[in-house]
Amino acid sequence: MIPGAFAYHRPSSIAEAVGLLTQLGEDARPLAGGHSLIPMMKLRVASPAHLIDLGGVADLKGISLDGPDAVIGAMTTQHDLIGSGLLVEKLPILHETSLLIADPQVRYLGTLGGNVANGDPGNDMPAVMMCLGASYQVAGPNGARNIPARDFYHGAYFTALEPGEIVTAIRIPVPPAGHGYAYEKLKRKVGDYATAAAAVILTMHGGTVATCSIGLTNVAETPLWAEDAANIVTGSTLDDATVKKAVAAAEAITAPAADSRGPVQYRTKMAGVMVARALARAKARATA
Amino acid sequence: MAKSQIALTVNGRTEEALVEPRMLLIHFLREQLNLTGPHIGCDTTHCGACTVDLDGKSVKSCTVFAVQANGADIRTIEGIANPDGTLHALQEGFREMHGLQCGFCTPGMITRAYRLLQENPSPTDEEIRFGIAGNLCRCTGYQNIVKGIQYAAAKLNGVRFQEAAE
Repeated sequence: MIPGAFAYHRPSSIAEAVGLLTQLGEDARPLAGGHSLIPMMKLRVASPAHLIDLGGVADLKGISLDGPDAVIGAMTTQHDLIGSGLLVEKLPILHETSLLIADPQVRYLGTLGGNVANGDPGNDMPAVMMCLGASYQVAGPNGARNIPARDFYHGAYFTALEPGEIVTAIRIPVPPAGHGYAYEKLKRKVGDYATAAAAVILTMHGGTVATCSIGLTNVAETPLWAEDAANIVTGSTLDDATVKKAVAAAEAITAPAADSRGPVQYRTKMAGVMVARALARAKARATA
Repeated sequence: MAKSQIALTVNGRTEEALVEPRMLLIHFLREQLNLTGPHIGCDTTHCGACTVDLDGKSVKSCTVFAVQANGADIRTIEGIANPDGTLHALQEGFREMHGLQCGFCTPGMITRAYRLLQENPSPTDEEIRFGIAGNLCRCTGYQNIVKGIQYAAAKLNGVRFQEAAE
């Protein structure tokens, strides 16, 4: 399959990339790892007249700590995330989630920025970022701004990004040392999008849940932040009755599509099962 | 559409070419450089038959544009054998352990395993299966591919290969 013709641009700075996107308008698309966009171009579902390859912008790469936050450049690949000792220590949920994305070859090129900015409800990182309370640093023709992940997703492939804007970095508040975490993903096979998946970050205090946040992947038009479900388990020991109530609250906000991954009822129930499993595993891992 | 000038290293040789931006790396390798080892299997980023090594990363060359590889160092299956022409330990391992039947996936399998063994020189069977999860084989059931990679790992580590008990 051969994509439609396009003009190729390779800016070396964020300002240059934003300038090109603004000047070329709707006919231009930014290219990150390309593993969502290039397959769409080969199928001619997408036919941008201009591709702005962000691979040459050094400022979009890297993982660092900035005070209480981890800051990850948008062009950092999933392979880089897996190999980061800093993230294994501070944000192990990113290591766990990255290993469940696609396959090794895709992870060498697929980027965190592309994963969160594309707006594909099947992508895994958006729900994790909502769970973590992350925000996206954005650059555009009107300057830089910060968009909370929880406000970013408006519909399938519809996000808060304005024309000419790109995500430049992801800023994540580092959870307290000893926190529990889990990303539970049900998929039919390696490389598949989730039938349903759940991210959990929690802290325990004296056997009860002190804080909890839950995100859901691929069970609605957008990733979901399951605030009610998290509130239900906060203060509990994660006893069966409470978990059951939280699962019901999480299932209540889902609206999955019926597709080859299963009918609506099945995917809704699986979202609940993933929540219960993620809560149990996060609790087992919490040491504080 | 304006063509782009690219220069890259493929199997140790410097190559310069003028390519249309939309030309995929797999088409560039197969049709312009006549390197037909990397195969086009699914053409949808699933099967891994087109896997090549690009700047130390295993990539599916059906999902990379040739222009993106400007300046890159690429190795294909044609560049895996030892400089004296003898087989690489992986090629030997696949032959000795019957790691192929029809052979269509083999160039991608070996090229992927080449990078895997550099990152993890002594993998467990499970780590091999996880590491080649982006490469599909419809013949072997993978058992002998895993053995072939273990054979190569042992040879590269200078130890005797012992088949695990079934």
